[in-house]
Amino acid sequence: MAPNGMNPSDEDAEVSLVGETILQHGDTAGLKAFEAAFFDALKKSKYDEGQIFAVRLAMEEAIANGFRHGNEGDPRKTVKITHAISPSDLQVSIEDEGSGFDPEAVPDPTEDENLEIPSGRGLMLMRAYMTEVNVIPPGNRIEMRFQRNV
Amino acid sequence: MNPESAGLRVSDQNGVTRVEFIEQNILDEANIQQIGDALGEIVDAQDTPRLLISFRDVAHLSSAALGALITVSNRVKSKDGELHLSDIDPKILEIFQITRLDRLFQIHDTTAEGLSAFA
Repeated sequence: MAPNGMNPSDEDAEVSLVGETILQHGDTAGLKAFEAAFFDALKKSKYDEGQIFAVRLAMEEAIANGFRHGNEGDPRKTVKITHAISPSDLQVSIEDEGSGFDPEAVPDPTEDENLEIPSGRGLMLMRAYMTEVNVIPPGNRIEMRFQRNV
Repeated sequence: MNPESAGLRVSDQNGVTRVEFIEQNILDEANIQQIGDALGEIVDAQDTPRLLISFRDVAHLSSAALGALITVSNRVKSKDGELHLSDIDPKILEIFQITRLDRLFQIHDTTAEGLSAFA
């Protein structure tokens, strides 16, 4: 249950413009409900389809990374999402319970010799679609900002 | 793995296996795993795989989905087969371009163009 009162398992839930949500590993329905409510909140704040596509992609990657790499699939661990939506920008922080990672150690997936490696593209996609992406040491929290051109 | 239960529609078109996604969003990790397994089985079942994957109705995909596609591509290559992709929405195509996977995959605008690209 999030402090802002959103219950992720409630499909009709609304997300406040500022809030915190804790997602449990494997709770696909909860994740979908949170995302539906979150993107609806963006829509209500007049974010357009392309902007929502970009934010969605980056958030999907960060959340998936948190569960898969950060928490290493441990079903007892959670991912915490903190967000602040305003008409001019969106700030979001995604934190897992893992020991973190060094973003400098992730090989560049666009190099020829890495193109056939199936993993390692999440962070670069977040960076491509968000205005700002910071991996906070020790690396279990990612802070992202999306600036709207309004 | 039944392709339908993995969210895939599979048909044969003049010796080419054409695969389409039933779901609009290829994001859920468990589902991507199933899709990867189902595509892997399709490739394994053919001596020289000839596979066309159409993204006609796909609106969202994640890097995990790209990873599954790369694994399929590697398996197809190891059997001297052919893999072509088609019908990719411009927003999704941008993901392929950003990750430079448009160099790894042979991408066509339409299914017809994809089908005619097989050797």
